Amino acid sequence: MSMFALEFMRNAFIAGGCIALAAGLVGYFVVLRNQVFTADALGHVAFTGGLGGVLAGLNLLAGVFASCIAVALAIGALGGRARGRDVAIGTVFAWVLGLGVLFLSLYTTARSAASGTLGVSVLFGSILGLQPAQVIVGSLTALATVAVMIVIARPLLFLSIDPEVAVARGVPARALTSLFFILVAVTVAESVQAVGALLIFALIVTPAAIAQNLSTRPWAGMALSAGIAVAVVWLGLTLAFYVALPVSFLITGLAFALYLASNFARRMVRVGGLA
Amino acid sequence: MPDQGPSWDVVADVQLLLQFHFMQNALLAGTMVAMLAGVAGYFVVLRGQSFAAHMLSQVGFPGAAAGVLIHASPVLGLIVFCAGAALGLGALGREVDAGHRLESAAIGSILAFSLGLGFLFVRLYGGSAQGIYAFLFGTILGITDRDVQLTFAVALATIAVLAAIGRPLMFASVDPDVAVARGVPVRMLSLAFLLILALSVAITVQIVGTLLIFALLVAPAASALQLTARPGRGIALSIVLSLVFTWLGLALAYFTNVPVGFFITTLAFAFYVAVRLVTAPGAVMAPA
Repeated sequence: MSMFALEFMRNAFIAGGCIALAAGLVGYFVVLRNQVFTADALGHVAFTGGLGGVLAGLNLLAGVFASCIAVALAIGALGGRARGRDVAIGTVFAWVLGLGVLFLSLYTTARSAASGTLGVSVLFGSILGLQPAQVIVGSLTALATVAVMIVIARPLLFLSIDPEVAVARGVPARALTSLFFILVAVTVAESVQAVGALLIFALIVTPAAIAQNLSTRPWAGMALSAGIAVAVVWLGLTLAFYVALPVSFLITGLAFALYLASNFARRMVRVGGLA
Repeated sequence: MPDQGPSWDVVADVQLLLQFHFMQNALLAGTMVAMLAGVAGYFVVLRGQSFAAHMLSQVGFPGAAAGVLIHASPVLGLIVFCAGAALGLGALGREVDAGHRLESAAIGSILAFSLGLGFLFVRLYGGSAQGIYAFLFGTILGITDRDVQLTFAVALATIAVLAAIGRPLMFASVDPDVAVARGVPVRMLSLAFLLILALSVAITVQIVGTLLIFALLVAPAASALQLTARPGRGIALSIVLSLVFTWLGLALAYFTNVPVGFFITTLAFAFYVAVRLVTAPGAVMAPA
């Protein structure tokens, strides 16, 4: 049987592909601007926000989007001052996650014990269980993210590489930074369904890290990062169809294997260049 | 869990707390964990290695799951995985921090993979959602007698080593350049501390879980460092704070059925915020 005969596989390929495209593109800038810790923090916020949304009787996705965007704006408002203060940020986000644990336990005691898997699917994703509405919402927001990202890519690149000169040339630094944070938040929020709040790194950071290893040219790097993210998701889904292993593991595992290979390749090139 | 709720009679409350064996185990392990986390955490904050602590704890998730998978103790799995990760970090030869672009990308990639691996292990042994939550957010149930013994041994050995290398480690942490000039083996100390950190993380994870390690390892020490600059007092304060957070958290979790991770993180966070507000120059309490 072809895997595309199944509706849930088609859904997973469409939504997963769109989300990976956005994550790879946004991730390139996350790594370039050294904001990996922020992406991690937003993943934690997404967990608490999603469960809070469900607990408040709203949509899970509504909670995820609202909380991620609010926190991204707050981090953006703190600006450069938040950088390097990982003790403060870490303590805050450990607490946010602790709050998520409270929501989870309130939710599980309020419903039947069977609904205890909700938290697991928020943390580790459930790409094979997407509803048609989720596929449409996820794919459209992802494509919109990609579109905005392409529009702001050039000034953002300028701002990320040489902030002083960019500001002097009239690049609106504050507005652009805030917009970028919102894009990261939206990407994290939409990825939660596919890979989950904890494995977000596998789509945002790892493809970008691979791309940085393979190319120093920004446009090639961006394309590589997005392409690798999509390839990893599609390959992971295909493998999961034939092998009885969790999709989340296959996607993170593939991404990590590629990352190790790219590190090796970079070293080989460097050694070859010296010889 | 208990038949009766807490009252204002402290003695009766403590008797209630101690009536079940699992709770005795949780309190014993919690006490050892809090003491070690207090001391080790002080050096973590002093040396700016909180990101390394974060990473080691996430590597612990597949470790704990693997321990259960091969029918060994989860603590044993935690210790093996965390110590392995610490040695790997040491072999890379550089301090792990969030400052360098490629390094933080590398750490991010490792984090994602180790969480995915942990998820796989849990699925392989057919673990329930509750099992995953226990690894990620800590539990007061299911700490066995063997876990308590392991925790006790690890904590004792680690605290002894820390006491032995405490003075040169302090020197090396505060002023590495002068320490090297004076002949202090800074690299060896740094590796030794990473190993100590790995062991501390491994046993702390049982109580607060992989994701909430900051609450016990970093927050009490960060609060202590805000309050006093003197090392002896700082370490003592850090230990006392983490003991108080752990005991209160365990007691509250016992009486309310809410996960222990929530209480410990909330207590630690509230205290840290309060300390920052009081000590920060130009803060609400002390307008400039």
